[in-house]
Amino acid sequence: MQDLKEWRETLQQQSHRGDRPSLTVGMSTCGQAAGGAKVMAALEEEIARRGLQVDISQTSCIGMCYAEPIVEVALPGKPRVFYGDVTPERVPTLVEKHVLQGEPVREWALIQLSGEATPYEGIPVMPGSTYYGRQVRVVTSRLGLTNPESLEEYIATGGYEALEKVLGQMTPEQVIEEIKISGLRGRGGAGFPTGLKWSFTRQAPGDKKYVVCNADEGDPGAFMDRSVLEGDPFSVIEGMTIAAYAIGADEGYIYCRAEYPLAIKRLKMAIAAAGEKGLLGRDILGTGFNFDLHIKAGAGAFVCGEETALLASIEGRQGMPRVRPPFPAQQGLWGKPTNINNVETYANVPFIIKNGGQWFASMGTEKSKGTKVFCLTGKIKKTGLIEVPMGITLREIIFDIAGGIQDDKQFKAVQIGGPSGGCLPEDKLDLPVDYESLTAAGAIMGSGGMVVMDENTCMVDVARFFLNFTQAESCGKCTPCREGTKRMLEILTRICEGEGRMEDLDTLETLARVVKNTALCGLGQTCPNPILSTLQYFRHEYEAHIKDKRCPAHVCQALLVYTIDAGKCTGCGACARACPAGAISGEKKQPHRIDPALCIKCGSCMEKCKFGAISRL
Amino acid sequence: MDLGSNNDANIKAKALAEVLERYAGTEGALIPILQEAQEIYGYLPGEVMREIARKLKIPFSQVYGVATFYTQFHLKPRGRNIIRVCQGTACHVRGGARLLEAISAALGIGKNETTADGRFTLETVACLGSCGLAPVMMINEETYGRLAPEKIPAILEKY
Ligand SMILES: Cc1cc2nc3c(=O)[nH]c(=O)nc-3n(C[C@H](O)[C@H](O)[C@H](O)COP(=O)(O)O)c2cc1C
Ligand code: FES
Repeated sequence: MQDLKEWRETLQQQSHRGDRPSLTVGMSTCGQAAGGAKVMAALEEEIARRGLQVDISQTSCIGMCYAEPIVEVALPGKPRVFYGDVTPERVPTLVEKHVLQGEPVREWALIQLSGEATPYEGIPVMPGSTYYGRQVRVVTSRLGLTNPESLEEYIATGGYEALEKVLGQMTPEQVIEEIKISGLRGRGGAGFPTGLKWSFTRQAPGDKKYVVCNADEGDPGAFMDRSVLEGDPFSVIEGMTIAAYAIGADEGYIYCRAEYPLAIKRLKMAIAAAGEKGLLGRDILGTGFNFDLHIKAGAGAFVCGEETALLASIEGRQGMPRVRPPFPAQQGLWGKPTNINNVETYANVPFIIKNGGQWFASMGTEKSKGTKVFCLTGKIKKTGLIEVPMGITLREIIFDIAGGIQDDKQFKAVQIGGPSGGCLPEDKLDLPVDYESLTAAGAIMGSGGMVVMDENTCMVDVARFFLNFTQAESCGKCTPCREGTKRMLEILTRICEGEGRMEDLDTLETLARVVKNTALCGLGQTCPNPILSTLQYFRHEYEAHIKDKRCPAHVCQALLVYTIDAGKCTGCGACARACPAGAISGEKKQPHRIDPALCIKCGSCMEKCKFGAISRL
Repeated sequence: MDLGSNNDANIKAKALAEVLERYAGTEGALIPILQEAQEIYGYLPGEVMREIARKLKIPFSQVYGVATFYTQFHLKPRGRNIIRVCQGTACHVRGGARLLEAISAALGIGKNETTADGRFTLETVACLGSCGLAPVMMINEETYGRLAPEKIPAILEKY
C-alpha cells in the first residue's frame, strides 16, 4: 500500500503532460462516428510532415457530442484548449497557428481549461462556460481529460485513493455506513438506496457472494454508461472492488452489452492493468483481500437489463426475468447472494469514499442526493453528455445548458426514462429533476436519457414507437406483457393510420392500467408509461388523428395529403422525376398535379421543389 | 449442408474445437461459445449448434432456445458486410425511419435481408449509443453519425 502512495506521488510529479506540446483527439464511439479517426490521421501526417516534436494521444468523450470531432491542443505551461468540429482541412492551420506560433485559433475554440496557467483571452474557461457552468462533474470528471487506457493517469488523478482508504482504515460495516450517509441511490432506474442494498447482501448468509455490474444500457437514447466505461473504466472497477470488500464477495462480473465493443475493449485492458499492479486478483495491496473480475458480453436483448434476467444470462440461459423475492441479495448468481448495481452507481463510490458521504449528501435534494449524468439528444441544439446536481430543473438543462431547440423551433416534449418513462410537456419544464418529482409527473428518472421533441414530432407516433419496441422486446413469459403490448400496439397503429375510433382511447387506457398492475417484471409494469403520459398531456393529438384524420405534426404518413399549388408550380417536372410511385403528372411548363390514389406520401417531391409549390396537410 | 469448401470447413471445425476446449468446465459458457462460434462461421449452422450441445452435454433444445432468444445470434448465413441502422428514440425523432428507407431502396432489400450478391445484410438495432449524432448506423465495426439519405450511396460505395 505504501508502494501505491509513492507511485502516485512520483506520477504526480512527473505530470503526464510534459514539456512538449500535446494534441489529444476525442476517440470514443461518438468521436469516431463523427470522423475522429480521420482527424487523428491528418494530425499525425501534419506533425510528421513538419518533423515536429509533439505528443499525439487519444481521450474519451468530454460530453459535447454536438461539436465532435474534438481536439485538444496544449502547450507546456499554457491552458488546454479544446477545438470543436475539427476537420482534416482545419488541421494545418491549427498546427501552424497554435502549435508553432503559440496563438490559439479563437474562432474554432470551444473552451479552455487553464489550471494554474493564465487563461487565453477570448475563449470561455471550462467551469464557467455556459455549457459547463451549471454542471458538476463527479463521475464524468475524467472524461475527455485523461487517457482512459492509462492506469498511471488514473492514479495520478486520485484513483485508488478510495480503495487504499477502505482496505487500510475501514471495516466493511463502516464502508456501508458511509454509502448510507451519502444517500446514493441506484442510477440504473429504480433508485433503490445503494447502502441498504449492500447491507442486505452483506447480511445474507453464505460464504460465496458476487458483485455484478449492470452495463446493459438498453434504453434507446441513453449512452451515459457507455461514456463512463469508455472514459473512466478504472473508476467502475475500483467502485466494484470496494463493494466486494463491503459485502464480502471475492468474485464479480460486468455484464456489458455487445453493441459497445470499445467499452468492452477498454474494460478488458483496465482489468488486466489493475491485475498486474496488484489492484485486482489475489491479495490486493498486500492486505489478503481477493477479488476476481470477469466480463460478460450481452447478446442483444433489452430485457436482460432487468436484474434477474441479467443473472440468468450470465449463467448462460435465456434472459427471462423471474418473480422477486427472493431478491438477488439473497439468491442471485448461481443461487448465491449477489449485489447488482448500475455502472454509474459504482463509479460514484470511489468519490464518496474519498470525499466522505456528507460531501455527496450536500449536493442534490432532500431525497435525491448527489449528481446525475444525462444524455441530451433529439431536437436540441447541443446534444451531449452532462452531469448536473439533482434538483436542477428541466428548463435549465434544456435551455440553459443545451441552448434550446434546434433551428429555434417550438419545444413540444421531453421524453425521460426511455421505454419505461414518459413524455413531459412545456408546463412541466420547471420541475426539479429528482426521483419523486419525475415519477409524480408520469415519467421516471430512468437511467438518464432525455430525448427532446419539437413541433415536428408526433406524440401518438412516439407512443407507437415505444410500444413497438417493448412489444418486440417482451420476453413472452407473462401474459399481460406478451398480449397486452400486442393489443396496445395494434390500437396505436390503427390510430396512426387514421383508422382509430374514439372508444380506442378508453380501451388503451384500461389496457395500460391492467398491464401496469399485473405484469411480472419492470418491463411490462412500466411499458404503458409512454402511452399514459402522452394521453395525459397530448390527448388533443390523439383526437386530431381520430376525429379529423389529421396528424398535426405531419408525421403519420397515412394521414398526409400532398398538393401542388398551381399558382406557384412552373412545370419544371423535378417533382415528377423524384416521385418513386409515378403519381405526379403534367405537361412541360404547365402546372402539375398529384394523384392521391397513387401517392405513397414519401415527401420526395416536396424536397425537390425549388418553388415551394408543394404543401403537406 | 454446405459449410464451404472441405478445407475451409476443416479450419472452421478446428477453430470451434479450440473454443469448446477453452471453455471446458467453465460455468455459464454457452453464450460466449455461441458468440465465438458465430464469429467463426458468420452464423450458427444447425450442425454447429448440435456439436456444441454434444460437447456441453446439454439438450439441443437448450442451445436452440438460447440462440433464438438473443437477437445477436443468426441461424441463417449473412452478407459480407452487416449494416445496422439505428431505430432508437433519438434516431427516430431525427429521421431514422427515412434513413432506413433510403438504404433499403438503395440496396433493393428489406430489413433482415441480404443482397443477392451477398455483399450486404440490412438489419436494425435499438440504439448504438451514439445518440448525440443521430441518426446513426453501423457497418461492420464502423459507426457513422449525422447521416442523411443523400450521404448513403457514397458510404455504401466503400464496401
Ligand atoms: C426491463 C428492464 C430493463 C432494465 N435495464 C437496465 C439497464 O439497462 N441498466 C441498468 O443499470 N439497470 C436496468 N434495469 C434495472 C435493474 O433491474 C436493476 O434495478 C439495477 O441494475 C440495479 O442497480 P442500481 O440499484 O445501481 O440502479 C432494468 C430494469 C428493467 C425492468
Ligand atoms: S437512438 Fe440511435 S444511437 Fe441511440
